[in-house]
Amino acid sequence: MGLISKNLIDLKSTPKSDINLIIDTAFTQKEILSRSVKKVPILKGKSVCTMFIENSTRTKNSFETACKILGADVIGFSKTGSSINKGESYKDTLLTLEAMGVDLFIIRHFASGSSDFAAKTVKSKIVNAGDGMHAHPTQALLDMMTLIEHRGSIEGMTVLILGDVYHSRVARSNIWGLNKLGAKVRICAPMTLLPAEINSFPCEVYTDLREAVKGVDAINILRIQLERMNAGYFSSIYEYNRFYGIDTDIFKSVPKDTLILHPGPINRGVEISSAIADGPNSVIVNQVTNGLAIRMAILYLMLQGENR
Amino acid sequence: MKILFKGGRVVSPQDNINEIKDIALVDKKIVLNPSNIKYDRTIDCKGCVITCGLIDVHVHFRDPGFEYKEDIYSVAEAAARGGITTIVGMPNVKPAVDNKTVVRYILDKGKETAVNVLTSGSATKGNGGETLAEIGEMMLEGICAVSDDGFPIQDASLMRRVLEYTKNFNLPFMAHSEDKSLTKDAQMNEGYNATLLGLRPWPRQAEELMIARNIMLASLTGCHVHFQHVTTKMGVDLIKLGKKYGIPITAETCPQYFTLTDDACLDYNTNAKCCPPLRTKDDIRAIIKGLKNGIIDIIATDHAPHALEEKELEFQGASFGMVGLETALGLCLEQVYKNKFSLEDIVEKFIVNPAKLIGSKQGAFSTQELGDLIVFDPKVEWTVDVNKFASKSKNSPFDGMTLHGKLKLTVVKGEICFEDA
Repeated sequence: MGLISKNLIDLKSTPKSDINLIIDTAFTQKEILSRSVKKVPILKGKSVCTMFIENSTRTKNSFETACKILGADVIGFSKTGSSINKGESYKDTLLTLEAMGVDLFIIRHFASGSSDFAAKTVKSKIVNAGDGMHAHPTQALLDMMTLIEHRGSIEGMTVLILGDVYHSRVARSNIWGLNKLGAKVRICAPMTLLPAEINSFPCEVYTDLREAVKGVDAINILRIQLERMNAGYFSSIYEYNRFYGIDTDIFKSVPKDTLILHPGPINRGVEISSAIADGPNSVIVNQVTNGLAIRMAILYLMLQGENR
Repeated sequence: MKILFKGGRVVSPQDNINEIKDIALVDKKIVLNPSNIKYDRTIDCKGCVITCGLIDVHVHFRDPGFEYKEDIYSVAEAAARGGITTIVGMPNVKPAVDNKTVVRYILDKGKETAVNVLTSGSATKGNGGETLAEIGEMMLEGICAVSDDGFPIQDASLMRRVLEYTKNFNLPFMAHSEDKSLTKDAQMNEGYNATLLGLRPWPRQAEELMIARNIMLASLTGCHVHFQHVTTKMGVDLIKLGKKYGIPITAETCPQYFTLTDDACLDYNTNAKCCPPLRTKDDIRAIIKGLKNGIIDIIATDHAPHALEEKELEFQGASFGMVGLETALGLCLEQVYKNKFSLEDIVEKFIVNPAKLIGSKQGAFSTQELGDLIVFDPKVEWTVDVNKFASKSKNSPFDGMTLHGKLKLTVVKGEICFEDA
């Protein structure tokens, strides 16, 4: 049993069976993380390039740690101090690294479609670690794994995605992934942060948080970037927090066992209060561990398993 | 040289001709009722249509300044291969066409080519949108219009002055209507596909708002404003309203806007990235209807060549625009084949009306000085192949598309400059 997909670009194009296989494998891989010696060099001799043209701390570290645990050789690549800064095109950077024998690229890029571009440019396998506003499939997979870990199954769950949907690749990936696994998806944001025709996507759209949280099983809170305020997407942190922040007040209208997720990094006191972030419903720290397991599973399946 | 075109259907409404008849080219001039003399060559035009050459009022020559994309020689060759015998350049080259010297350069270089090369002049110095260019000087040198294409003038007060000043020299103004404050970083039509792809949206209202403003300013100034590349349903409706008020406006659209929707951008196809962006099925219906009922007067290409390295990029890094000279006739005839347009529609929108806009005599055989004509077979099937383009650039979303209706021959200035093998 292997993956059907050669690459992991987005969850819309990833078959349900691949999503399930990745998550199932991640639960197995997670066991490795509890061992005292965290090393299973099954990817020895495989060459992986983490190509992070947009800045990232947690995703980059998560992928690099996954590579190290599985014994793959990692070429790190970031925009600063690289050929990209010397004006080399993205295409040439990919071709150059491919020529160095890279088996798999992990790509974070500020432009939507950049992983798709890479998949058309090189023969190496591609894992999208976030492309512009388009997709962040490993984040959605780790979110779903976390939901399954706590609830056994996603089928029938109601999951609210809250916040800056407009700019969010995390939201776009979760909408497709959650739907494939049978969840009901809700979206809640001020109208300034809802993208065009979001109503035509498989989700219910809310602008009133109090309505949106009724009967939910989980809330995935998106990070609000403070620079959006200056661009006119919202008026002030105070007002954003008052209408769209998750705190103990709004929590009174939420079912008691609602799970709280956040892709991080969190803005305490803006989209989420400390009491909730550190409270019993929060699975934010679990997400980080599961993220590592998901990435190990993906690397293992893509580099060791045979494509179906 | 005496050539007889035998047995084709000649369509030229300005000459009151729409019938199967012979016509001839004698000493570079069209003879509508050829006499029984000895011809050097007789071309069998059975099943074919003969019209005046197409007149494209919206072409980016890229010369001077961007000759790696295209130059006046290559753009002229591409035009000839597309049945386009007159081309009007846009002023957004480098240096801008904002002075008589650049106008002279373009027109002189154009004279070395096989087709009729004309140019518009920029409304403002350096296309900067701040101060008036020497429109009068450029008029004397031979520009046929003034334009802000590529650099739409945002300031309404300046636009008013530009239109007054343009009218002063009896020139039409070709307006690129786009409210730039709504299109910052925008990549494609705002809608489902933009959200799906995560690409910054280009709302149709950015175009419609500026069309509305420019109609008002045409009303205020009395200057003839010609709306370039109209893409939306409401844009068509606004122009209809403006015409109803008797405001001096005309409008154009391009084959891509009645052929493709923004679905062409799926897969991040940068060759489908253009400005304004491809829209929706509803818009296509409205554009076709607008052409049929005369709200849209003109079909032009907005031929916008870009080098491979400017398109083989992440979508947001890729340049806007597509080449169009060598596919325009085919795309128009495809609509004739599908019964959306008649041949007469194409002749009116791509020959007669453009000639009126720029004051060209080439839109009727009887007024032409030297003969411009094309012969095409409206039924022949062919497949677009960018590698066969004469244009230096290959950025066409139509590559591989099968079309019905193919050019056989192009005559410009009384000489055959293209003949299909």
